[in-house]
Amino acid sequence: MKARVEVMLKAGVLDPQGEAVRAALGSLGFAGVNGVRQGKVIELDLAETDAASAEATVRQMCEKLLANTVIESYRISLS
Amino acid sequence: MKAAVIVFPGSNCDRDMAEGLRKAGADVEMVWHKDTDLPAGVDLVAVPGGFSFGDYLRCGAIAANSPACQALVRHVERGGYALGVCNGFQVLTETRLLPGALMRNAGLKFLCKPVGLTVATSDSAFTSGYNAGQVLNVPIAHHDGNYFVDDETLAALHGEDRIAFTYAQNPNGSRDDIAGVLSANRRVLGMMPHPERAIEDLHGGTDGRALFAGLVGRFVAA
Repeated sequence: MKARVEVMLKAGVLDPQGEAVRAALGSLGFAGVNGVRQGKVIELDLAETDAASAEATVRQMCEKLLANTVIESYRISLS
Repeated sequence: MKAAVIVFPGSNCDRDMAEGLRKAGADVEMVWHKDTDLPAGVDLVAVPGGFSFGDYLRCGAIAANSPACQALVRHVERGGYALGVCNGFQVLTETRLLPGALMRNAGLKFLCKPVGLTVATSDSAFTSGYNAGQVLNVPIAHHDGNYFVDDETLAALHGEDRIAFTYAQNPNGSRDDIAGVLSANRRVLGMMPHPERAIEDLHGGTDGRALFAGLVGRFVAA
């Protein structure tokens, strides 16, 4: 079973990298980009076959290591 | 005073930290990140600057889960002292021993230069060698020193006089110019600037000395 974790800075936390990308898009002539948020994607290849159990484990991984929940939110999808 | 300095793959200020402590009179042992226990009788655990585990995933995140850091957490929970500088500050926030998080510098550049550092409180073992309001000259060297903390915690830090140092001129976007914070019991300090790089005339200044002297002096007096 594969798990995909998206880690993003929480809303309200300034994202300096996203801002730099937004400015660069503007200077390339792409108008109308009101905001850019940059995050990261972590793909896990799990031995687990039960979706509920896998999700619970990945959630623990996120809380313990993969995301810093002081500033970051995370979203898990399984396939 | 007996101090331990934790060494991770990628630490590069570990020996400077040990030197700062030794010159102030501490008995210092180095602790490898895989060690599960600290040396017996340790008063202070120092987490040095550098790029632990290559800063993979997030600065300090992997180091914070190392066996030595878990021993550090137990040491602090028992009421022990801890000092984290630069990457060490990032590690201490990742362990949640200190509030907040260190984000990418607002200007997105790695900054390596001396800065004016204002002592915000002299009420701690780490800052007792200074006067509140005193401005020190101490170097910074970081890419992720932009201190973030939510409004509620920020108000608590102000209310409890737990902001140890602020930048005279904010270099990285840190909230309220914060450069260093104390734990609720004032026994844990995390700071981005490097006091251990300001203890010799050769360094261009010695303003970091009083931090180590004050800390070691606390234990000699007791």
